[in-house]
Amino acid sequence: MAIELFRIDDRLIHGQVVVGWGQPLDLAFIVLVDDEVANSEWEQELYRMGVPPEMDVHFHTVDDAAAKLAVYQRDERRGALLTGDIGTMTRLIELTGSITRVNLGGIHHRIGRTQRLRYVFLAPDEEQALRALASRGVDVSAQDVPAARPLALNEVLSGEGNR
Amino acid sequence: MSEADVAVRALVAGHGDFAAGIVSAVHQITGRGEAFVVLSNRDMSASDVERTMREQVDAGAIDVIFTDLPAGSCTMAARRLQRERPAVVLVTGTNLATLLDFVFHTDVPATEAARHAADKGRSALVVTGGAPSGH
Repeated sequence: MAIELFRIDDRLIHGQVVVGWGQPLDLAFIVLVDDEVANSEWEQELYRMGVPPEMDVHFHTVDDAAAKLAVYQRDERRGALLTGDIGTMTRLIELTGSITRVNLGGIHHRIGRTQRLRYVFLAPDEEQALRALASRGVDVSAQDVPAARPLALNEVLSGEGNR
Repeated sequence: MSEADVAVRALVAGHGDFAAGIVSAVHQITGRGEAFVVLSNRDMSASDVERTMREQVDAGAIDVIFTDLPAGSCTMAARRLQRERPAVVLVTGTNLATLLDFVFHTDVPATEAARHAADKGRSALVVTGGAPSGH
């Protein structure tokens, strides 16, 4: 089973993840990778409040997550790993070398970013980082909810996904 | 009381058209939809939801927030707002019965009306039927 979904989503734990993906994938645990959240009890309590009691949530810094990823991958239950930005996921991939698929689930508007999809806005350096991930063999696609068609990175960057 | 006399007392926030939809239902039933301002998190980042919510709460001097889902980004934003404003009351899992009760309790502070409304909404879920059909 292990981790079924490696997702970049600036909202981290929210309805789309817990319910939208959690129900159809039967997610039993979430690994939230964020240096700031991993160092804040208050933030962790906030995110724990958002998940049902039967779902485990683990909070890690990038370095901790890299060290423990193999353990989560051996878990007999299904899980999802979340990062809030592309840089965090990229660091995790570089440290582990074992992540082969990345889901773009929500990267929203910010100054300097250009809209690529309704829910994906990218700055030039973020676009470059995603291209670099793809060139090293990581399958990068955008899909906000399971019922939507996954869009390959080239569709996202070309704007074809908006048609 | 005319519709124009209904003061804003709470914010309703949620996914998609949840807030606008449920408030329109309140208005259709009671004529008191103006008691709420609404917020949708559609296509918004967590920080955008929080910023917009803060602006709405400040503009309306609101101390009651109703949201749809405990895991939702609106609920997360409201919880962050509560950290700096502990007097704010958050009700999540809001249903129509909750809001209908809330709009009629104008004789008590909004925060007190919200707690009463939450109890009402909780008890409004009823399941009937389900007996095997006969052949």
